[in-house]
Amino acid sequence: MTAQPVLTAHDVSIEYQVDPPVNAVQGVSLTLHRGEILGLAGESGCGKTTLAYGLNRLLKAPALQTSGEIVFHDAAGDIDVVGLSGDALRRYRWDKVSMVFQGSMNSLNPVMSVKAQLDDVFRTHRPGMGRAERAARSAELLGLVGVDPSRLTAFPHELSGGMRQRVMIAMALALDPKVMIMDEPTTALDVVVQRGIIREIMRLRERLGFAVIFITHDLPLLIEISDRIAVMLEGRIVELDDAERIYRTPQHAYTKRLLASFPSLRGDRGGFVRRRDDEEGASAS
Amino acid sequence: MSDRTTADAEGLEARNLVRDYRIRHGMRGSTLHAVADVSFTIRPGRTIALVGESGSGKSTVARILARLEAVTSGSVLLDGVRAPVRGAALDAYRSRVQMVFQDPFSSLNPFHTILHHIERPLRIHHPRMSAAEARDRAHELLERVQLTPSSKFAERRPHELSGGQRQRVAIARALAPGATYIIADEPVSMLDVSIRLGVLNLLADLQRSDGLGVLYITHDLATARHFSDEILVMYRGEIVERGDADTVILDPQHAYTRTLLDAAADPDRLGQLREEVRRGG
Repeated sequence: MTAQPVLTAHDVSIEYQVDPPVNAVQGVSLTLHRGEILGLAGESGCGKTTLAYGLNRLLKAPALQTSGEIVFHDAAGDIDVVGLSGDALRRYRWDKVSMVFQGSMNSLNPVMSVKAQLDDVFRTHRPGMGRAERAARSAELLGLVGVDPSRLTAFPHELSGGMRQRVMIAMALALDPKVMIMDEPTTALDVVVQRGIIREIMRLRERLGFAVIFITHDLPLLIEISDRIAVMLEGRIVELDDAERIYRTPQHAYTKRLLASFPSLRGDRGGFVRRRDDEEGASAS
Repeated sequence: MSDRTTADAEGLEARNLVRDYRIRHGMRGSTLHAVADVSFTIRPGRTIALVGESGSGKSTVARILARLEAVTSGSVLLDGVRAPVRGAALDAYRSRVQMVFQDPFSSLNPFHTILHHIERPLRIHHPRMSAAEARDRAHELLERVQLTPSSKFAERRPHELSGGQRQRVAIARALAPGATYIIADEPVSMLDVSIRLGVLNLLADLQRSDGLGVLYITHDLATARHFSDEILVMYRGEIVERGDADTVILDPQHAYTRTLLDAAADPDRLGQLREEVRRGG
Protein backbone atom coordinates (compact mmCIF):
# COMPACT_ATOMS: atom_id res chain seq x y z
CA MET A 1 0.00 0.00 0.00
CA THR A 2 1.50 3.31 -1.02
CA ALA A 3 1.22 5.73 1.81
CA GLN A 4 -0.50 8.73 0.32
CA PRO A 5 -1.45 11.39 2.83
CA VAL A 6 -5.06 12.49 2.99
CA LEU A 7 -5.00 14.76 6.03
CA THR A 8 -1.98 16.47 7.48
CA ALA A 9 -1.82 18.43 10.68
CA HIS A 10 1.28 20.40 11.48
CA ASP A 11 2.11 21.93 14.86
CA VAL A 12 -1.54 22.34 15.87
CA SER A 13 -2.18 24.03 19.21
CA ILE A 14 -5.60 24.56 20.67
CA GLU A 15 -6.31 26.62 23.73
CA TYR A 16 -9.40 27.01 25.87
CA GLN A 17 -9.46 30.72 26.53
CA VAL A 18 -10.66 30.62 30.06
CA ASP A 19 -8.96 31.96 33.14
CA PRO A 20 -6.33 30.57 33.43
CA PRO A 21 -6.06 29.40 29.79
CA VAL A 22 -5.91 25.65 29.20
CA ASN A 23 -3.51 24.43 26.54
CA ALA A 24 -5.57 21.42 25.52
CA VAL A 25 -3.56 20.54 22.42
CA GLN A 26 0.08 21.53 22.13
CA GLY A 27 2.05 21.39 18.90
CA VAL A 28 0.50 18.23 17.51
CA SER A 29 1.63 17.05 14.09
CA LEU A 30 0.26 13.97 12.40
CA THR A 31 -0.34 12.59 8.95
CA LEU A 32 -3.29 10.41 8.08
CA HIS A 33 -2.80 8.22 5.03
CA ARG A 34 -5.45 7.14 2.58
CA GLY A 35 -7.45 4.19 3.82
CA GLU A 36 -5.56 3.70 7.06
CA ILE A 37 -6.88 3.37 10.57
CA LEU A 38 -5.00 5.68 12.87
CA GLY A 39 -5.68 5.02 16.53
CA LEU A 40 -5.58 7.96 18.90
CA ALA A 41 -5.16 6.69 22.44
CA GLY A 42 -5.27 8.66 25.65
CA GLU A 43 -7.19 9.16 28.84
CA SER A 44 -9.84 11.70 29.66
CA GLY A 45 -8.55 15.22 29.55
CA CYS A 46 -5.60 14.46 27.27
CA GLY A 47 -7.01 16.56 24.44
CA LYS A 48 -7.95 13.82 22.01
CA THR A 49 -11.51 14.97 21.46
CA THR A 50 -10.41 18.61 21.23
CA LEU A 51 -7.92 17.63 18.54
CA ALA A 52 -10.62 15.76 16.63
CA TYR A 53 -12.89 18.79 16.79
CA GLY A 54 -10.01 20.93 15.54
CA LEU A 55 -9.42 18.67 12.54
CA ASN A 56 -13.08 19.01 11.65
CA ARG A 57 -13.24 22.75 12.42
CA LEU A 58 -15.88 22.18 15.04
CA LEU A 59 -14.24 24.15 17.83
CA LYS A 60 -16.49 26.60 19.60
CA ALA A 61 -15.47 29.42 21.89
CA PRO A 62 -13.76 29.42 24.34
CA ALA A 63 -11.72 26.86 22.36
CA LEU A 64 -9.45 28.43 19.78
CA GLN A 65 -6.81 27.04 17.48
CA THR A 66 -3.88 29.27 18.26
CA SER A 67 -1.37 27.89 15.80
CA GLY A 68 -0.64 25.26 13.22
CA GLU A 69 -1.96 24.22 9.85
CA ILE A 70 -4.32 21.48 8.78
CA VAL A 71 -4.33 20.45 5.13
CA PHE A 72 -6.78 18.09 3.46
CA HIS A 73 -5.34 16.52 0.34
CA ASP A 74 -8.29 16.39 -2.01
CA ALA A 75 -8.25 14.93 -5.51
CA ALA A 76 -8.85 18.45 -6.84
CA GLY A 77 -5.98 19.92 -4.84
CA ASP A 78 -5.05 20.70 -1.28
CA ILE A 79 -7.54 22.39 1.01
CA ASP A 80 -6.30 24.67 3.75
CA VAL A 81 -8.73 23.65 6.48
CA VAL A 82 -7.85 26.44 8.90
CA GLY A 83 -8.62 29.13 6.34
CA LEU A 84 -12.05 27.78 5.39
CA SER A 85 -15.19 29.76 6.03
CA GLY A 86 -18.78 30.04 4.89
CA ASP A 87 -19.77 27.78 2.00
CA ALA A 88 -16.28 26.38 1.56
CA LEU A 89 -16.30 25.20 5.19
CA ARG A 90 -19.74 23.67 4.72
CA ARG A 91 -18.48 21.77 1.67
CA TYR A 92 -15.54 20.48 3.69
CA ARG A 93 -17.38 19.29 6.77
CA TRP A 94 -19.16 15.97 6.47
CA ASP A 95 -18.39 15.88 2.74
CA LYS A 96 -14.65 15.36 3.15
CA VAL A 97 -14.35 14.58 6.83
CA SER A 98 -17.26 13.20 8.82
CA MET A 99 -17.48 12.34 12.44
CA VAL A 100 -19.09 9.78 14.68
CA PHE A 101 -19.44 11.58 17.97
CA GLN A 102 -18.79 10.38 21.46
CA GLY A 103 -21.98 9.16 23.09
CA SER A 104 -23.50 9.20 19.65
CA MET A 105 -26.12 6.80 20.89
CA ASN A 106 -27.75 9.93 22.16
CA SER A 107 -26.87 12.26 19.33
CA LEU A 108 -29.74 11.33 17.05
CA ASN A 109 -32.65 13.72 17.17
CA PRO A 110 -35.34 11.95 19.24
CA VAL A 111 -38.28 13.59 17.46
CA MET A 112 -37.16 12.88 13.89
CA SER A 113 -37.33 9.55 12.12
CA VAL A 114 -34.10 8.00 10.87
CA LYS A 115 -35.25 8.71 7.35
CA ALA A 116 -35.79 12.41 7.99
CA GLN A 117 -32.36 12.71 9.59
CA LEU A 118 -30.59 11.06 6.70
CA ASP A 119 -32.66 13.14 4.30
CA ASP A 120 -31.46 16.22 6.09
CA VAL A 121 -27.86 15.40 5.22
CA PHE A 122 -28.67 15.10 1.53
CA ARG A 123 -30.89 18.15 1.33
CA THR A 124 -28.16 20.24 2.90
CA HIS A 125 -25.16 18.88 1.05
CA ARG A 126 -26.64 17.49 -2.18
CA PRO A 127 -29.43 19.90 -3.11
CA GLY A 128 -29.54 18.42 -6.61
CA MET A 129 -30.79 15.03 -5.42
CA GLY A 130 -34.44 14.19 -5.97
CA ARG A 131 -36.74 12.74 -3.35
CA ALA A 132 -36.66 9.20 -4.77
CA GLU A 133 -32.89 9.31 -5.10
CA ARG A 134 -32.52 10.41 -1.48
CA ALA A 135 -34.80 7.65 -0.26
CA ALA A 136 -32.92 5.05 -2.29
CA ARG A 137 -29.56 6.23 -1.00
CA SER A 138 -30.81 6.27 2.61
CA ALA A 139 -32.02 2.69 2.26
CA GLU A 140 -28.72 1.69 0.70
CA LEU A 141 -26.79 3.26 3.57
CA LEU A 142 -28.76 1.40 6.22
CA GLY A 143 -28.14 -1.81 4.32
CA LEU A 144 -24.42 -1.03 4.30
CA VAL A 145 -24.23 -0.78 8.08
CA GLY A 146 -26.33 -3.88 8.63
CA VAL A 147 -29.65 -2.32 9.60
CA ASP A 148 -32.75 -3.48 7.79
CA PRO A 149 -33.86 -0.64 5.44
CA SER A 150 -37.42 -1.13 6.71
CA ARG A 151 -36.24 0.61 9.90
CA LEU A 152 -35.93 3.91 8.01
CA THR A 153 -39.24 5.10 9.40
CA ALA A 154 -38.24 4.24 12.97
CA PHE A 155 -37.54 6.86 15.60
CA PRO A 156 -34.33 6.60 17.65
CA HIS A 157 -36.08 5.32 20.77
CA GLU A 158 -37.36 2.35 18.80
CA LEU A 159 -33.83 1.22 18.04
CA SER A 160 -31.34 -0.56 20.29
CA GLY A 161 -28.10 1.14 21.24
CA GLY A 162 -26.14 -0.85 18.69
CA MET A 163 -28.60 -0.01 15.92
CA ARG A 164 -28.49 3.69 16.78
CA GLN A 165 -24.74 3.55 16.57
CA ARG A 166 -24.98 1.90 13.16
CA VAL A 167 -27.37 4.63 12.01
CA MET A 168 -24.82 7.22 13.16
CA ILE A 169 -22.17 5.47 11.10
CA ALA A 170 -24.54 5.41 8.11
CA MET A 171 -24.97 9.17 8.48
CA ALA A 172 -21.23 9.65 8.61
CA LEU A 173 -20.89 7.55 5.44
CA ALA A 174 -23.68 9.36 3.62
CA LEU A 175 -21.55 11.70 1.54
CA ASP A 176 -18.78 9.21 0.89
CA PRO A 177 -16.11 11.06 2.90
CA LYS A 178 -12.43 10.32 2.61
CA VAL A 179 -11.91 10.55 6.35
CA MET A 180 -14.09 9.48 9.25
CA ILE A 181 -13.26 10.58 12.76
CA MET A 182 -14.70 8.22 15.33
CA ASP A 183 -14.65 9.50 18.88
CA GLU A 184 -15.19 6.59 21.28
CA PRO A 185 -17.78 5.13 18.89
CA THR A 186 -18.43 1.97 20.86
CA THR A 187 -17.52 2.77 24.45
CA ALA A 188 -21.09 2.78 25.74
CA LEU A 189 -21.98 -0.50 24.04
CA ASP A 190 -21.82 -4.07 25.19
CA VAL A 191 -18.73 -5.96 24.14
CA VAL A 192 -20.51 -8.32 21.78
CA VAL A 193 -22.34 -5.47 20.05
CA GLN A 194 -19.14 -3.45 20.02
CA ARG A 195 -17.37 -6.28 18.24
CA GLY A 196 -20.04 -6.39 15.53
CA ILE A 197 -19.73 -2.68 14.90
CA ILE A 198 -15.94 -2.70 14.80
CA ARG A 199 -16.09 -5.52 12.28
CA GLU A 200 -18.58 -3.50 10.23
CA ILE A 201 -16.29 -0.46 10.25
CA MET A 202 -13.34 -2.58 9.12
CA ARG A 203 -15.42 -4.17 6.37
CA LEU A 204 -16.71 -0.83 5.11
CA ARG A 205 -13.23 0.58 5.08
CA GLU A 206 -12.01 -2.27 2.88
CA ARG A 207 -14.91 -1.65 0.56
CA LEU A 208 -15.08 2.13 0.47
CA GLY A 209 -11.47 2.99 1.22
CA PHE A 210 -11.95 5.82 3.70
CA ALA A 211 -9.39 6.56 6.37
CA VAL A 212 -10.34 6.43 10.03
CA ILE A 213 -9.10 8.30 13.06
CA PHE A 214 -10.28 6.06 15.87
CA ILE A 215 -10.25 7.72 19.27
CA THR A 216 -10.50 5.65 22.43
CA HIS A 217 -8.79 4.87 25.71
CA ASP A 218 -9.05 1.17 24.92
CA LEU A 219 -5.49 0.49 23.84
CA PRO A 220 -5.86 -3.29 23.37
CA LEU A 221 -8.69 -2.65 20.92
CA LEU A 222 -6.62 -0.09 19.02
CA ILE A 223 -3.69 -2.46 18.80
CA GLU A 224 -5.98 -5.06 17.34
CA ILE A 225 -7.52 -2.91 14.63
CA SER A 226 -5.22 0.05 13.85
CA ASP A 227 -2.45 0.41 11.32
CA ARG A 228 -0.73 3.07 13.39
CA ILE A 229 -1.33 4.44 16.86
CA ALA A 230 -0.70 7.87 18.34
CA VAL A 231 -0.55 8.04 22.13
CA MET A 232 -1.62 11.35 23.58
CA LEU A 233 -0.78 12.76 27.00
CA GLU A 234 -1.52 16.24 28.29
CA GLY A 235 -2.13 17.72 24.86
CA ARG A 236 0.87 16.20 23.14
CA ILE A 237 1.45 13.13 21.06
CA VAL A 238 4.14 11.34 23.03
CA GLU A 239 4.49 8.36 20.73
CA LEU A 240 3.35 7.58 17.20
CA ASP A 241 4.21 4.30 15.55
CA ASP A 242 2.93 1.11 13.93
CA ALA A 243 0.40 -0.72 16.07
CA GLU A 244 2.71 -3.67 16.33
CA ARG A 245 5.68 -1.62 17.50
CA ILE A 246 3.52 0.23 20.04
CA TYR A 247 2.50 -3.15 21.39
CA ARG A 248 5.79 -5.01 21.30
CA THR A 249 8.35 -2.28 21.84
CA PRO A 250 6.74 0.81 23.36
CA GLN A 251 9.23 3.62 23.86
CA HIS A 252 7.55 6.23 26.01
CA ALA A 253 6.98 5.60 29.71
CA TYR A 254 3.33 6.62 29.41
CA THR A 255 2.69 4.15 26.60
CA LYS A 256 4.17 1.44 28.77
CA ARG A 257 2.02 2.48 31.68
CA LEU A 258 -1.10 2.52 29.55
CA LEU A 259 -0.30 -0.94 28.20
CA ALA A 260 0.30 -2.22 31.72
CA SER A 261 -3.14 -0.96 32.74
CA PHE A 262 -4.76 -3.70 30.74
CA PRO A 263 -4.27 -7.14 32.21
CA SER A 264 -3.81 -9.79 29.58
CA LEU A 265 -6.90 -11.87 28.92
CA ARG A 266 -5.23 -15.15 28.11
CA GLY A 267 -1.57 -14.55 28.91
CA ASP A 268 0.47 -14.39 32.08
CA ARG A 269 -0.70 -12.60 35.15
CA GLY A 270 2.24 -10.25 35.00
CA GLY A 271 2.89 -8.04 37.99
CA PHE A 272 -0.43 -8.45 39.67
CA VAL A 273 -0.79 -7.91 43.33
CA ARG A 274 -3.23 -10.72 43.70
CA ARG A 275 -1.25 -13.79 44.62
CA ARG A 276 -2.50 -17.28 44.04
CA ASP A 277 -0.62 -18.77 46.99
CA ASP A 278 -2.93 -16.99 49.42
CA GLU A 279 -5.89 -18.69 47.88
CA GLU A 280 -4.40 -22.10 48.29
CA GLY A 281 -4.44 -21.48 52.03
CA ALA A 282 -7.99 -20.19 51.92
CA SER A 283 -9.36 -23.13 49.99
CA ALA A 284 -7.53 -25.65 52.16
CA SER A 285 -9.03 -24.33 55.38
CA MET B 1 -37.89 -17.72 59.66
CA SER B 2 -34.33 -17.52 60.86
CA ASP B 3 -33.45 -21.17 60.74
CA ARG B 4 -29.79 -21.69 61.39
CA THR B 5 -28.80 -24.71 59.35
CA THR B 6 -25.19 -25.67 59.89
CA ALA B 7 -22.38 -24.01 61.75
CA ASP B 8 -19.98 -24.16 58.82
CA ALA B 9 -22.37 -22.29 56.57
CA GLU B 10 -20.14 -19.23 56.84
CA GLY B 11 -20.68 -17.11 53.77
CA LEU B 12 -23.16 -15.03 51.84
CA GLU B 13 -25.35 -17.38 49.93
CA ALA B 14 -27.73 -16.73 47.07
CA ARG B 15 -30.08 -19.69 46.93
CA ASN B 16 -32.27 -20.21 43.85
CA LEU B 17 -32.81 -16.52 43.31
CA VAL B 18 -35.61 -15.62 40.92
CA ARG B 19 -36.70 -12.13 40.02
CA ASP B 20 -39.48 -11.53 37.51
CA TYR B 21 -40.62 -8.21 36.16
CA ARG B 22 -44.04 -7.58 34.71
CA ILE B 23 -43.89 -5.76 31.41
CA ARG B 24 -46.95 -4.09 30.03
CA HIS B 25 -47.74 -3.87 26.35
CA GLY B 26 -50.84 -1.70 26.37
CA MET B 27 -53.56 -3.89 27.85
CA ARG B 28 -51.53 -7.06 27.70
CA GLY B 29 -48.64 -8.00 29.85
CA SER B 30 -45.75 -10.40 29.85
CA THR B 31 -43.12 -11.54 32.28
CA LEU B 32 -39.42 -10.86 32.03
CA HIS B 33 -37.26 -13.29 33.95
CA ALA B 34 -34.48 -10.91 34.96
CA VAL B 35 -32.93 -13.49 37.26
CA ALA B 36 -33.84 -17.14 36.80
CA ASP B 37 -32.68 -19.56 39.47
CA VAL B 38 -29.29 -18.22 40.42
CA SER B 39 -27.32 -19.82 43.24
CA PHE B 40 -23.83 -19.23 44.56
CA THR B 41 -22.01 -18.67 47.83
CA ILE B 42 -19.43 -15.99 48.57
CA ARG B 43 -16.99 -17.26 51.17
CA PRO B 44 -14.91 -14.97 53.38
CA GLY B 45 -11.64 -14.10 51.70
CA ARG B 46 -12.84 -15.15 48.28
CA THR B 47 -13.83 -13.16 45.22
CA ILE B 48 -16.50 -14.25 42.80
CA ALA B 49 -16.77 -12.42 39.49
CA LEU B 50 -20.17 -12.17 37.88
CA VAL B 51 -19.73 -11.37 34.20
CA GLY B 52 -22.24 -10.74 31.46
CA GLU B 53 -23.64 -8.08 29.20
CA SER B 54 -26.05 -5.37 30.21
CA GLY B 55 -29.48 -6.84 30.69
CA SER B 56 -28.09 -10.19 31.75
CA GLY B 57 -29.38 -9.65 35.28
CA LYS B 58 -26.07 -9.26 37.06
CA SER B 59 -26.95 -5.91 38.65
CA THR B 60 -30.30 -7.28 39.76
CA VAL B 61 -28.46 -10.04 41.60
CA ALA B 62 -26.28 -7.39 43.26
CA ARG B 63 -29.29 -5.38 44.32
CA ILE B 64 -31.00 -8.47 45.72
CA LEU B 65 -27.93 -9.29 47.81
CA ALA B 66 -27.82 -5.71 49.09
CA ARG B 67 -31.55 -5.99 49.89
CA LEU B 68 -32.34 -3.11 47.56
CA GLU B 69 -34.56 -5.33 45.50
CA ALA B 70 -37.10 -7.97 46.51
CA VAL B 71 -37.00 -11.51 45.20
CA THR B 72 -39.83 -13.28 43.43
CA SER B 73 -38.62 -16.51 44.98
CA GLY B 74 -35.44 -17.90 46.47
CA SER B 75 -33.50 -16.56 49.40
CA VAL B 76 -30.37 -14.83 50.56
CA LEU B 77 -28.60 -16.38 53.53
CA LEU B 78 -25.88 -14.82 55.61
CA ASP B 79 -23.94 -17.46 57.54
CA GLY B 80 -26.86 -19.80 57.04
CA VAL B 81 -29.42 -17.32 58.37
CA ARG B 82 -32.06 -15.96 56.05
CA ALA B 83 -31.45 -12.28 55.34
CA PRO B 84 -34.06 -10.00 56.90
CA VAL B 85 -36.14 -7.60 54.85
CA ARG B 86 -36.85 -4.80 57.31
CA GLY B 87 -36.21 -3.23 60.65
CA ALA B 88 -33.25 -3.46 62.97
CA ALA B 89 -32.38 -6.90 61.63
CA LEU B 90 -31.97 -5.44 58.16
CA ASP B 91 -29.70 -2.73 59.58
CA ALA B 92 -27.57 -5.41 61.17
CA TYR B 93 -27.46 -7.31 57.88
CA ARG B 94 -26.43 -4.18 56.01
CA SER B 95 -23.65 -3.48 58.48
CA ARG B 96 -22.11 -6.72 57.17
CA VAL B 97 -23.05 -6.56 53.49
CA GLN B 98 -22.27 -3.35 51.66
CA MET B 99 -22.27 -2.19 48.09
CA VAL B 100 -19.84 -0.15 45.99
CA PHE B 101 -21.66 1.41 43.07
CA GLN B 102 -20.50 1.94 39.54
CA ASP B 103 -20.60 5.70 39.32
CA PRO B 104 -18.50 7.52 41.94
CA PHE B 105 -19.68 10.82 40.47
CA SER B 106 -23.28 10.25 41.57
CA SER B 107 -22.87 7.93 44.56
CA LEU B 108 -21.38 10.62 46.81
CA ASN B 109 -23.37 13.59 48.04
CA PRO B 110 -21.86 16.78 46.59
CA PHE B 111 -23.09 18.76 49.59
CA HIS B 112 -21.17 16.82 52.24
CA THR B 113 -17.51 16.52 53.09
CA ILE B 114 -15.60 13.29 52.61
CA LEU B 115 -15.34 12.91 56.38
CA HIS B 116 -19.13 13.12 56.68
CA HIS B 117 -19.52 10.32 54.14
CA ILE B 118 -17.47 8.01 56.32
CA GLU B 119 -18.62 9.20 59.73
CA ARG B 120 -22.30 8.87 59.00
CA PRO B 121 -22.38 5.09 58.42
CA LEU B 122 -20.11 4.73 61.48
CA ARG B 123 -22.55 6.67 63.67
CA ILE B 124 -25.61 4.93 62.23
CA HIS B 125 -24.29 1.44 62.67
CA HIS B 126 -22.49 2.11 65.94
CA PRO B 127 -24.84 4.43 67.86
CA ARG B 128 -22.73 4.31 71.00
CA MET B 129 -19.60 5.51 69.28
CA SER B 130 -18.51 8.95 70.45
CA ALA B 131 -17.93 11.80 68.02
CA ALA B 132 -14.18 11.68 68.63
CA GLU B 133 -14.08 7.93 68.10
CA ALA B 134 -16.03 8.19 64.88
CA ARG B 135 -13.70 10.87 63.63
CA ASP B 136 -10.61 8.83 64.45
CA ARG B 137 -12.06 5.75 62.85
CA ALA B 138 -13.02 7.71 59.72
CA HIS B 139 -9.49 9.01 59.36
CA GLU B 140 -8.20 5.50 59.84
CA LEU B 141 -10.47 4.24 57.05
CA LEU B 142 -9.33 6.99 54.70
CA GLU B 143 -5.76 5.96 55.34
CA ARG B 144 -6.67 2.36 54.66
CA VAL B 145 -7.96 3.20 51.20
CA GLN B 146 -4.73 5.09 50.61
CA LEU B 147 -6.18 8.57 50.75
CA THR B 148 -3.16 9.76 52.66
CA PRO B 149 -2.67 11.87 54.60
CA SER B 150 -6.31 11.59 55.59
CA SER B 151 -6.32 15.16 56.94
CA LYS B 152 -5.76 16.38 53.39
CA PHE B 153 -8.95 14.70 52.17
CA ALA B 154 -11.29 14.73 55.17
CA GLU B 155 -12.62 18.25 54.78
CA ARG B 156 -12.84 18.22 50.99
CA ARG B 157 -16.02 17.72 49.03
CA PRO B 158 -16.52 15.10 46.32
CA HIS B 159 -16.06 17.54 43.42
CA GLU B 160 -12.52 18.24 44.60
CA LEU B 161 -11.53 14.60 44.13
CA SER B 162 -10.75 12.61 41.01
CA GLY B 163 -12.87 9.64 39.98
CA GLY B 164 -10.38 7.16 41.42
CA GLN B 165 -10.20 9.02 44.71
CA ARG B 166 -13.98 9.13 44.91
CA GLN B 167 -14.22 5.42 44.33
CA ARG B 168 -11.75 4.94 47.20
CA VAL B 169 -14.06 7.02 49.37
CA ALA B 170 -16.93 4.78 48.28
CA ILE B 171 -14.92 1.74 49.35
CA ALA B 172 -14.09 3.31 52.72
CA ARG B 173 -17.76 4.15 53.14
CA ALA B 174 -18.68 0.54 52.44
CA LEU B 175 -16.16 -0.69 55.00
CA ALA B 176 -17.24 1.81 57.66
CA PRO B 177 -20.19 -0.15 59.11
CA GLY B 178 -17.87 -3.14 59.53
CA ALA B 179 -18.80 -4.91 56.32
CA THR B 180 -17.39 -8.35 55.71
CA TYR B 181 -19.00 -8.76 52.29
CA ILE B 182 -18.64 -6.21 49.51
CA ILE B 183 -20.82 -6.20 46.42
CA ALA B 184 -18.90 -4.18 43.83
CA ASP B 185 -21.03 -3.42 40.80
CA GLU B 186 -18.70 -2.40 37.94
CA PRO B 187 -16.52 -0.49 40.44
CA VAL B 188 -13.94 0.69 37.91
CA SER B 189 -15.74 0.91 34.58
CA MET B 190 -16.26 4.67 34.93
CA LEU B 191 -12.64 5.33 35.84
CA ASP B 192 -9.73 6.21 33.60
CA VAL B 193 -7.85 3.15 32.49
CA SER B 194 -4.55 3.92 34.18
CA ILE B 195 -6.15 4.16 37.63
CA ARG B 196 -8.45 1.15 37.33
CA LEU B 197 -5.87 -1.37 38.41
CA GLY B 198 -4.97 0.76 41.42
CA VAL B 199 -8.53 0.63 42.71
CA LEU B 200 -8.86 -3.10 41.98
CA ASN B 201 -5.55 -3.78 43.69
CA LEU B 202 -6.78 -1.84 46.71
CA LEU B 203 -9.90 -4.00 46.86
CA ALA B 204 -7.77 -7.12 46.54
CA ASP B 205 -5.45 -5.91 49.32
CA LEU B 206 -8.31 -5.15 51.68
CA GLN B 207 -9.88 -8.43 50.85
CA ARG B 208 -6.74 -10.32 51.76
CA SER B 209 -5.98 -8.43 54.93
CA ASP B 210 -9.58 -8.40 56.24
CA GLY B 211 -10.79 -11.67 54.79
CA LEU B 212 -13.57 -9.91 52.92
CA GLY B 213 -15.90 -11.80 50.63
CA VAL B 214 -16.29 -9.91 47.37
CA LEU B 215 -18.75 -10.17 44.53
CA TYR B 216 -17.11 -8.40 41.59
CA ILE B 217 -19.60 -7.57 38.88
CA THR B 218 -18.05 -6.66 35.57
CA HIS B 219 -18.16 -7.06 31.83
CA ASP B 220 -14.37 -7.05 31.64
CA LEU B 221 -13.20 -10.63 31.39
CA ALA B 222 -9.52 -9.84 31.80
CA THR B 223 -9.88 -8.22 35.23
CA ALA B 224 -12.45 -10.85 36.20
CA ARG B 225 -9.84 -13.49 35.54
CA HIS B 226 -7.07 -11.75 37.45
CA PHE B 227 -9.02 -10.51 40.43
CA SER B 228 -11.28 -13.39 41.27
CA ASP B 229 -11.14 -17.00 42.29
CA GLU B 230 -14.29 -18.05 40.56
CA ILE B 231 -16.17 -16.69 37.54
CA LEU B 232 -19.90 -16.96 36.94
CA VAL B 233 -21.05 -16.14 33.41
CA MET B 234 -24.56 -14.81 33.32
CA TYR B 235 -26.76 -14.70 30.25
CA ARG B 236 -30.43 -13.73 30.19
CA GLY B 237 -30.88 -14.23 33.89
CA GLU B 238 -29.18 -17.58 34.09
CA ILE B 239 -25.70 -18.64 35.02
CA VAL B 240 -24.57 -20.51 31.94
CA GLU B 241 -21.05 -21.30 33.06
CA ARG B 242 -19.17 -21.26 36.34
CA GLY B 243 -15.82 -22.40 37.52
CA ASP B 244 -12.30 -21.53 38.48
CA ALA B 245 -11.31 -18.17 36.95
CA ASP B 246 -8.51 -19.50 34.76
CA THR B 247 -10.52 -22.48 33.59
CA VAL B 248 -13.49 -20.39 32.46
CA ILE B 249 -11.30 -17.99 30.50
CA LEU B 250 -8.78 -20.44 29.07
CA ASP B 251 -11.11 -23.38 28.49
CA PRO B 252 -14.63 -22.05 28.04
CA GLN B 253 -17.36 -24.65 27.65
CA HIS B 254 -20.51 -22.71 26.93
CA ALA B 255 -21.07 -21.08 23.52
CA TYR B 256 -21.97 -17.75 25.11
CA THR B 257 -18.75 -17.64 27.13
CA ARG B 258 -16.86 -18.16 23.88
CA THR B 259 -18.81 -15.35 22.21
CA LEU B 260 -17.92 -13.05 25.09
CA LEU B 261 -14.28 -14.04 24.91
CA ASP B 262 -14.11 -13.54 21.16
CA ALA B 263 -15.60 -10.08 21.56
CA ALA B 264 -13.02 -8.98 24.12
CA ALA B 265 -10.17 -6.96 22.66
CA ASP B 266 -6.95 -8.92 22.60
CA PRO B 267 -3.81 -7.18 21.35
CA ASP B 268 -2.27 -10.54 20.58
CA ARG B 269 -4.72 -10.83 17.70
CA LEU B 270 -3.08 -7.80 16.12
CA GLY B 271 -4.11 -7.38 12.49
CA GLN B 272 -6.21 -10.55 12.53
CA LEU B 273 -9.55 -8.82 12.14
CA ARG B 274 -8.23 -6.89 9.15
CA GLU B 275 -7.16 -10.11 7.47
CA GLU B 276 -10.47 -11.78 8.25
CA VAL B 277 -12.41 -8.90 6.77
CA ARG B 278 -10.21 -8.89 3.66
CA ARG B 279 -10.90 -12.55 3.13
CA GLY B 280 -14.57 -11.64 3.26
CA GLY B 281 -15.36 -12.72 6.80
